[in-house]
Amino acid sequence: MVDIYLDNNATTKVDHEVVDAMIPYFLEQYGNPSSIHKFADGVARGLKQARQQVQALIGCEHDSEIIFTSCGTESNSTALLSAIKAQPNKKEIITTTVEHAAILNLCDYLEKEGYTIHRLPVDKAGRLNLESYKKLLSDQVAIVSVMWANNETGTIFPVAEMAELANAAGVMFHTDAVQAVGKIPMMLQDTKIDMLSLSGHKLHAPKGIGVLYLRRGTRYRPLLRGGHQERGRRAGTENTASIVGLGKACELALRYIEYENTTVKELRDRLEKGITESIPHCFVTGDLYNRLPNTTDIAFEYIEGESILMLLNKAGIAASSGSACTSGSLEPSHVMRAMDIPYTAAHGTIRFSFSRYNTMYEVEEVLKVMPSIVKTLRKLSPYWEGDAPVANPEQAFAPTYA
Amino acid sequence: MWDYSDKVKEHFFNPKNAGAVADANATGEVGSISCGDALRLTLKVDDDTEVILEAGFQTFGCGSAIASSSVLTEMIIGKTIDEALQVTNQDIAAQLEGLPPEKMHCSVMGREALQAAIANYRGEVWKDDHEEGALICKCFAIDAVMIEEMVWANKLRTVEDVTNFTKAGGGCASCHEDIEAILEKVLAEKGEKFDPGAAPVAQPEKIAAVKTPLTNLQRIKKIEEVLESLRPALMADGGDVELVEVIGNTAYVKMTGACNGCQMAAMTIAGIQQRLMEVMGEFIKVVPATEMAKLTNIEVA
Repeated sequence: MVDIYLDNNATTKVDHEVVDAMIPYFLEQYGNPSSIHKFADGVARGLKQARQQVQALIGCEHDSEIIFTSCGTESNSTALLSAIKAQPNKKEIITTTVEHAAILNLCDYLEKEGYTIHRLPVDKAGRLNLESYKKLLSDQVAIVSVMWANNETGTIFPVAEMAELANAAGVMFHTDAVQAVGKIPMMLQDTKIDMLSLSGHKLHAPKGIGVLYLRRGTRYRPLLRGGHQERGRRAGTENTASIVGLGKACELALRYIEYENTTVKELRDRLEKGITESIPHCFVTGDLYNRLPNTTDIAFEYIEGESILMLLNKAGIAASSGSACTSGSLEPSHVMRAMDIPYTAAHGTIRFSFSRYNTMYEVEEVLKVMPSIVKTLRKLSPYWEGDAPVANPEQAFAPTYA
Repeated sequence: MWDYSDKVKEHFFNPKNAGAVADANATGEVGSISCGDALRLTLKVDDDTEVILEAGFQTFGCGSAIASSSVLTEMIIGKTIDEALQVTNQDIAAQLEGLPPEKMHCSVMGREALQAAIANYRGEVWKDDHEEGALICKCFAIDAVMIEEMVWANKLRTVEDVTNFTKAGGGCASCHEDIEAILEKVLAEKGEKFDPGAAPVAQPEKIAAVKTPLTNLQRIKKIEEVLESLRPALMADGGDVELVEVIGNTAYVKMTGACNGCQMAAMTIAGIQQRLMEVMGEFIKVVPATEMAKLTNIEVA
């Protein structure tokens, strides 16, 4: 049995070239970049090169606009907290209902602190309504934070356009782009995006390294104060090996970005088509015409996601689910709820997310086992009888709710 | 992924008695579609003897929901309905060699489906008597609804109060922020303000800490005394603890009832050890009595 990894939106394998680039910074150039002896004299150069490699991938104007952080979450927190600290009179934040927890839970916390949080809803295909967004922009808003692409469905938001609108209203704009960087070509210098978060481990760099892009001239307050690292904008000794690794990963991502949008996309499309054609009562969620090339999120009706994952895992296939049980919460994924996907389908959503390491052979292997997995679980389901859902499933099975 | 026992996996991958019983005369349907679990249990009960002849389940749910349903059917076939009603959710969990705290509600669902099916057989209407909230304390599996009710009922004011009354927050302590949020909310509803420095509403019975070195006899007596003081809390959860042996600074205990087979037993033992050390002022190691067999120099009674 081969092991098939289709959970690349959760995290990715570190590229061999990335590991090779990092090793000297553990074993030889392990000096503190602030030191002036020979154990450190190549480190500053390594960091400089990494900064330029990140710059090239996201297309920003200056390499000094790159601030290395510990992860996407730190970048997100830094961005939002900086905006409200720098503009203490502005008490409103605009975001969406489908952001990552790194934004949503921070906003929930700020709400308790007295901030007004506007959470833009999405339609059934996961799209935003820009008219209602425009109405919310005012001089009371400290920052807009909208993800570039959704981690569950891959749906892409029009962040460049939204940043223009925010800029015209004099409002700062931040985007959580951890899923988008490396998959969507970007040229930040041509946009009005003020801040952007990215995370190394989503693009074949190690975990524990991230970036906050900060447009030159954007008012800023650091989250971590201390030493002069990152020009005083993020204190703490640099994670040199990981920074160098992230630089290398960005260089590779730029090289493979076309491959992601052609070959990887073909793999995704083949899997999606194969599943929806061979399995009844399943559908793809999100905006089918505007999403990441590597992601498909499929709802299998009348069965539950964790059960599907356990059977997939037994077959050597790794994916993830929006079901409540996989997270330990009682509610299915907030993204599915925001799109108004019925509970009987929301609990059965499975996300397959690809990388450049996947192959068509793997796709065919998944297609071989998926129909029987769904069939097995539907046989156990009270909503299913024989080869079809029971008539009026919601009435036919109406449990006493606990 | 969850740390499921082999028994859970066995019942999930090869469920027993899946599907509806053909000519069932008892049906129970319980669950919560919003939290992703729902179960229909069908039984064929012998009208003369009231023995459950057949049981079948249909479950929409996760791995442990399916495993709980499957093991439940195995446990009740051949029992009379009165005997079957004696099956608790802890029995179901124990039969599965334990469930993660987040998943204990799957065993509760099994027990409720059984109650509902038997009520249906007897022509009664079954009503659920508990509500489930978001899981707050993962060490002791205490949810938000439970904490809120206790805060209301006992006029609790601080995190320490909540821990004393519900155990929530008494383990790793990482849920204290969430408990404070519940206190803030409930106290605001009562028109009061949360003050982390407020005096506890009720002090749990304190046993005087020992200052002088102990003889072995004194040590055993003191351990018994501490266990006695902890017993009400354990029994509230359907469990109990028994002191089996004390060798040097190691106390061997037997966890019984609901504590037996619960994956949280280790946490409970750690809590007992902590309390013993506080009271006795010396290092005490608490070890499950099952470990005693491994010691060759001890004759097991």
